[in-house]
This record gives sequence, C-alpha cells and structure tokens, in this order.
Amino acid sequence: MKKIMSTVLAAVIAGSAFLAAGCGSNSSSASNGGSTADMNGMITGSGSSALLPLAQDAAKAFKAKYPNVSITLNAGGSGNGLKQVSDGSVAIGNSDVFAESKLSADKAKALVDHKVCTVTMAPVVNNDVGEKVKNLTKQQLISIFTAQTKNWKEVGGPDEPIVLITRPKTSGTRALFTKYALDGKQEASNATLETDNSGTLLQSIQENKGAIGYVALSYLIGGNKSKVTAVAIDGAEPTLENTYNGKYQVWGYEHMYTKGTAEGAVKAYINFISSDEYGKKMESLGYGVTSKMASSVVSKRDAEGKK
Amino acid sequence: MKGKNRFRREYAGRAVVTAFGIFMIAVTFAIGIFLAYKGLGTFTTYKHSLMEFLFSAHWNPADDFQGGGAVGAAIFIVGSLSTCGLALLIVVPFSLASAIFLTEISPRFGAHFFQPAIEIFVGIPSVVYGWVGTSVLVPAIRKAFHLQVGYGVLAASLVLAVMIYPSITTVAADAIRSVPQGYREASYGMGSTRWQTIRRIVLPNAKSGILTGIILGLARAFGEALAVAMVIGQMKAFPRNIFSPTSNLTATIAADMGGAAEGGEYNTALWTIALLLFFISLLFIFLIHLVSGKVEHSNEK
Repeated sequence: MKKIMSTVLAAVIAGSAFLAAGCGSNSSSASNGGSTADMNGMITGSGSSALLPLAQDAAKAFKAKYPNVSITLNAGGSGNGLKQVSDGSVAIGNSDVFAESKLSADKAKALVDHKVCTVTMAPVVNNDVGEKVKNLTKQQLISIFTAQTKNWKEVGGPDEPIVLITRPKTSGTRALFTKYALDGKQEASNATLETDNSGTLLQSIQENKGAIGYVALSYLIGGNKSKVTAVAIDGAEPTLENTYNGKYQVWGYEHMYTKGTAEGAVKAYINFISSDEYGKKMESLGYGVTSKMASSVVSKRDAEGKK
Repeated sequence: MKGKNRFRREYAGRAVVTAFGIFMIAVTFAIGIFLAYKGLGTFTTYKHSLMEFLFSAHWNPADDFQGGGAVGAAIFIVGSLSTCGLALLIVVPFSLASAIFLTEISPRFGAHFFQPAIEIFVGIPSVVYGWVGTSVLVPAIRKAFHLQVGYGVLAASLVLAVMIYPSITTVAADAIRSVPQGYREASYGMGSTRWQTIRRIVLPNAKSGILTGIILGLARAFGEALAVAMVIGQMKAFPRNIFSPTSNLTATIAADMGGAAEGGEYNTALWTIALLLFFISLLFIFLIHLVSGKVEHSNEK
C-alpha cells in the first residue's frame, strides 16, 4: 500500500513539475539601441519548427556582429508561437501560416507580419520508387494522397503498394502541401502514417519501400539529398529557382510576427535575416529569399494569401 | 523558553509536513479542475455530444474558432485499449515467472542480481525505448513478417510490454514475499512439493498484490506517449490485425498539441482527450484501492 501511495505521489509531483515548466518564463524584449556593435537587448522567439533552423543560424551570425544581444529561440509549433507573441510571452512568433488562420481576428490585427523567407515543399519518395518515378502530374499526386491510386505501377513505378507518410493535420507543412499541391483535397487520413516532425518523416521514407511523403527543401540539403528522391510536379522540379519564377507552386511564406512594430534588437534581427547579405546563406540552407520572388508570383499569392 | 522549544519540536515539523501535504492535494485537484475547464469546451462551446466523442470514429476537428468538425475519438480509445491489452498479455507471464523465480526459487540470486537488474529497466527514459523501438524493433517486425511497414499495434505492444515489465514484477514480488512464511512451512509439513506450495498456497494468497501490480502496469502503459507515438504508426484507422498501424490517445495529443490554435476546436478536443486520460487514471487508482482494500479486510478476519 505504502509503495502504491508513493508511486501515486511521485506521479503527482512529476505532473506538477511538468506544469510548472510548461508555464515558462515571461519575458519581452526591450531595447532602444542603435545599429552599432554595442547594441544590447534580449530577443525571444518561439513557434514554427520549419523556421527554427534558419532562425537559429541567423541568430548565430547576428550575435557574431552584436555580441551583447541575447537570443532565445524555441520550437513548439506555429499555433504556439502565434499565441505566445500575441499574449506577450515572446517578442517574435514564428509561423508557417498567416496569423489570421490561428488567432481570432482582433488578436491577429495587433500583430505585424514580417515575411522573412519562403519555404518550398517537395514530394519525396523512397529511392527505389525514385529510380523510375521522377515526375507526377498534379492529378496523380492527388489520387495518390487520397489513397485512390494504391500501387506505384499505376503511375509508371515498380509493382509496390504505396505507403503514405505524412504530417499531422495541424502541421504547417501539411497545410501548405494540401493547399497548393493537392488543390485543397484532404489526404486520406485513414491510410496515412503520420509523423511528428519532418526529420522522422524523412527517415521513414528512406526506410520504407514504396513510401511517399513531403518535406521542406531545407530538409533536403547536404547528406539528406541522396537519402530520398524529390519528385517534380507537372514537370516542374522543386527547386528555389522554380519557386522564384513561379513554375513550382508548392511554397509558402515563413512569418516572423511581432506585437506592434518591431523595435531595437528585434528590429535589427529581423532586418538582418531579410538582408541580401544573409540571403546567400539562407539559400544554402534551402530557404528562399522573399525579395527574389518574381513580382507576378507574389501578387498572385498575396491576392489569395489570407483566404 | 521551554515552551518555545516544545513548539519547535512538536508543531514546526508538523506544520511543514501538513503544508506540503495540503499543497500536493491542492495541486492534484487543480490539475483535475484545469483539465475539466479546458476539456469540457468540446461539449459546451463546440456542442459535441459525449456519445460522439466516445463512440464515433470520425476525427476531424476544425483548427479554428468556428468549430463544425468531428471529434470522434473511438479510434484512439480502441488503439490504447488494444496496445495495452496486448502488452499485458505478453508481459504478465514473464512478470509472474520472474517474480516467482526471484522470491521462491532463487531468493539470493534474485535479491543480489535479478532485482537490481529489473530496477535498471525502470530508470531508462521512454524516449530511449521509443528510439530503440523505431530503429531495431520496427525494421525487425517488417522483415520477420514480410510486411511493407513495421509500425503498428505489435511494435507498440512490445515496447509497452518491456516498459511495464519492471513495475509489475516488482509489485508482484513484494506481494509474494509478504505471504507469511508459516503458510509455506505448513504446506511443506503436509507433504507438498515446492511447486505445489507456490501454485496452491503462495500465489492465491498474493493474488490481490499481483493484481495491483498488473493494474499499475496498465496505468503506466495507458499514459505512455512518447515511445508509443514513435512506433505505432499514427494512422487514424482502426487496427485490422496486430500488424496494422493505428493511433492512440496519448500519441494524438503529442502529435497535434503544438500546432493546434489555442482555444480552437482542435485544441479543445485534445484537452478532452487529456481529461479522458485523467479519468482513466482515476479509475485505475480506484481499482487499486478496491483490490488492496480487500487484502486488509481479509487479513483482519
């Protein structure tokens, strides 16, 4: 009996410790330094896990320039980032989606959007499928993800059942892919294996024959490139160039939201990440530079963006 | 002066202990109230019925504040029940055998090597189990049974079985040890063999302690999220057999809690699942009290 009580007690203690940790610390950035090397201040950010690697890399480069600025960045999902920037817990809320889609209208209105980069989503397949299937039409892609096409031989691949490996419904990656690659058709959720993050997804695709899924280009750099095969849609390969010129349409903005106009160190950091100087590094990490987007592509997207 | 000392000796300690105790009770209640406050929104704000939540298999909550989606969690409930049930089926024979071995058959080896080895199991974090599960177990299942994917009920159950093995074994061994020595001696005195004594005398007398261990293990299995999420496949469909991927209550929360908008229908539905898990663990604790209450009662006789 004693043992049981102590086990129960331990569980409760662990639970409350978890709650305490979950509450987190509230901090906001306050700085009125200029653009000199002695600028100081604190930058806190949280949200999208797709944007986090870039935000962290930029933070490292930024701190090399301004050593007195401290930067704390966390993942946690777009929804969390937007909520936290909205209630003032962090200075920057990173999001894959427009704030309007996750917050109530009046809360979203108080936030200022900084489209720091674009991210391109690519369908990826296991390499043994990738040897034969280099291109899929949009119709084929929709048919595959809605589980109507069940075998790769129907689209010119090997005789293997198709294994769908995707992301949860609340994922920003999935939202973009559904909207622009599948024309809004929902994936067959009773036939897909969902994975919690893109890294795991990539590993699953690599290990399972006949697997197809989708990741951001930022996951297909370096050694990851050869692990899976990225497939072209309607002949357009998922590359940054094709995103810039509008041939490849499965892309979205990555947003850094601030509550009100950004000031001080936060402003300097957002300006730094959007600068041409950092743009080259950004492309090498697989993210697209917003200013390189062709204007016709941008205006088309902006018109439909907030829908 | 004397009075002050006495105060210090008697009341200060008692006050501290009481304060901490009351605080912990308050925390438990606060968690319950918080979960109810968050989770009941599915039924009050978004107007879903309890029947829909428990028995519908259609899970498609809207990730916004208008609602209008579907919150049927039956797939996850079945997923949790089937993985935990299968895990118990796998692990109970092993746990019972280990408990009997380390108390009755080889008590010295048990106390010096076996028991500490089992306790090491407890300290391994669940993410490690999950990781080993995805990188060793899942490919092994895929190859052994010639499946296309190895994720599924069997992988999740095996991982859970390993995780709850130490809890059940330790509690069962304690229960067996607490059977009075006189019972065994009486049994031997009547000419029973060792196995007859274990089967007819020791096990029946340790029954409720063993049952308590099994329920504790089940409670742990139900609440485990990380390791299961990594190997179950997270497919929103009922399992057709022990190899098919499915999803469960905890994995669903873990997968979507970061992305869902706070206070939206999706987020609220996840809190409702959390509330359900809270009720399930209350139920388990209630069962444990019921079972161990019986022991005290029968000992009094």
